Amino acid sequence: MRLALWRGTRSHLHDSFGLTMPGLELKGVTRDFGSIRAVNDVDLTVPNAHFVCLLGPSGCGKTTLLRMIAGLDLPTAGSIVLDGDDITHVPLHKRDFGMVFQSLALFPHLSVGENIAYPLRIRRMPRAEQKRRVEELLTMVHLSGYERRAVSQLSGGQRQRVAIARALSVSPRLFLLDEPLSALDAKLREAMQVELRQLQQRLGITTIVVTHDQREAMTMADTVIVMQGGEIRQAASPTDIYRHPADSFVADFIGSTNLLELVRGDGGPMLLGRPSRLALPYAMSRAIVSIRPEDVRITAPADDVPAGTVTFIRDLGGTVEYFIDVAGTEVIAVTTPHERRPVSIGAAVGLLLDPAHCVVLTR
Amino acid sequence: MRREAPRSWRDYLPLAFPAAMLIVFFVVPFGTMIVVSFFRRQQAGFYTPDFVFTNYARFLTPFFANVLGFSLWLAIAVAALSMIIALPFTYLLTRAPRRSQTAWLVALLSILALSEVIIGFAWSTLLSRTAGLTNLLVAVGLMDAPQALMPGFGAVLTAIVYQTLPYTILVLYPTMARLDPTLAESARTLGASPIRAFFTVVLPVQRTSIIATLIMAFIFALGSYLLPQILGRPQNWTLSVLITDQAIYQSNMPFAAAMAVFLVLVSLGLVGLTLLLGQQREKTS
Repeated sequence: MRLALWRGTRSHLHDSFGLTMPGLELKGVTRDFGSIRAVNDVDLTVPNAHFVCLLGPSGCGKTTLLRMIAGLDLPTAGSIVLDGDDITHVPLHKRDFGMVFQSLALFPHLSVGENIAYPLRIRRMPRAEQKRRVEELLTMVHLSGYERRAVSQLSGGQRQRVAIARALSVSPRLFLLDEPLSALDAKLREAMQVELRQLQQRLGITTIVVTHDQREAMTMADTVIVMQGGEIRQAASPTDIYRHPADSFVADFIGSTNLLELVRGDGGPMLLGRPSRLALPYAMSRAIVSIRPEDVRITAPADDVPAGTVTFIRDLGGTVEYFIDVAGTEVIAVTTPHERRPVSIGAAVGLLLDPAHCVVLTR
Repeated sequence: MRREAPRSWRDYLPLAFPAAMLIVFFVVPFGTMIVVSFFRRQQAGFYTPDFVFTNYARFLTPFFANVLGFSLWLAIAVAALSMIIALPFTYLLTRAPRRSQTAWLVALLSILALSEVIIGFAWSTLLSRTAGLTNLLVAVGLMDAPQALMPGFGAVLTAIVYQTLPYTILVLYPTMARLDPTLAESARTLGASPIRAFFTVVLPVQRTSIIATLIMAFIFALGSYLLPQILGRPQNWTLSVLITDQAIYQSNMPFAAAMAVFLVLVSLGLVGLTLLLGQQREKTS
């Protein structure tokens, strides 16, 4: 059930030259608000059936980018192409996308069933078919029997499901979600993340989610896109982005990390005052090294390893965090309770920083 | 904001002042009016206490039925017309930049400072043959000769709508301004054109405030007695005009009171019916 008004206008020339690309393509998309550039020259390709998370701090341009893809906002420059068709100037109500807003934007004057049937009613689907489709969608989001309820009678999680069902009711070409789970409490949010991912995989629908929660992005996405200052800093799979961050911003934003300075000494690169086997990038006298707290190991003090003093121990039950002061630099090490070392606050310790787990960053 | 329920008579004390005001300025005058409406009129211009229905019986005539019918029709027309103008205007106003919103609201508020008399005579000039708007049309070449647009129904309607419109907009404005813009955006992403989104989401969501505004405009127009006299012919006179006429010029207080009571009852009935219909629709939807 899709409107195919503008898809018929696809250029045959493009087809015959094999230039069409299935999926979503952003080419040099830019958006200015007055003198402020919210999104700067973004290029991005999202293959069909892919799950993408736009991740970044508030004001990084991720929501503006999503609104431009949805058609709620026009790019100042650049174009948006879907399955080979330029849709930059297609009015949003003709795009056949499904969108879930941060506020959910459920219609308070309509019942649950009527909310979900709204896009079907707009497209003049026969009544009986609408009813069948609504039941199907309610079953899909585990809300069978809620058809006649008022939206105000639902809990936060149930409203969330209604908003998702409504956005999916016409089998959209793109499924867009703007901070969809931010109103839910932590437990429910984690459960919905898994549910949303499973739903997306079952339907095989191209999905773009905006979030500021890196755990959410890591849970759901095929590709995580980290944005800052209106630009894409890195686009990679969750494991890649965690293990091989492109720069110190990404390393710090995704999970927690130790950012240490690698400097050129007399005998070679030095890390935390000790010679290191890590190589400095060509022609640079200093660089940033990122090492995850779980990769930092605590040993007995020795001459050839960085030495420091334990300043604080946070025992969270599942993990134990050690805060270690190494000549003014704070290093955090995380272990499981089984590997817990018999050290207490004030103890002098040595640190093992395995070069295999260190990432040298140039910015 | 639910607090403890009031328990002793002391808890009701803060209500004493407003209650006293309501009694002195509303219940007592209205009660007096109801009582007087049953009194017997003396030819000399006074009335004597009695309990007769002659005053009520008197307007069960085609003449008064006509006037009542016209009053209600005029009030409904005013309410509908103000709403048709105010709704899109307010919607666009809430979407305008902050500064122009303020300018418009100040301009609208300044209309409220005008007295009904000034509005009446201003419109009677604007609609006159000698100095009216038609002279402008003649100057532009759209008309051959200037025309008088008053007295008449159109003139009365125009002036009352002019007077009601600011109230209508100012009452609609707060709910419209607080309307979540993502509701309309969401309707758009779900496939509705801007106009369909307006009629299927923006309007229904504000149903309660729209009904309340309609009732306000209706009652406002029902009480209008000066503008129909300045701008209308006798057949455009409302029941309020007749009440004024009976009370002040004919010195027939009992009959004027009876008409006033009847007008209040009829308008209360209509308002109740509107609310009932609104509620029922809410249940079925």
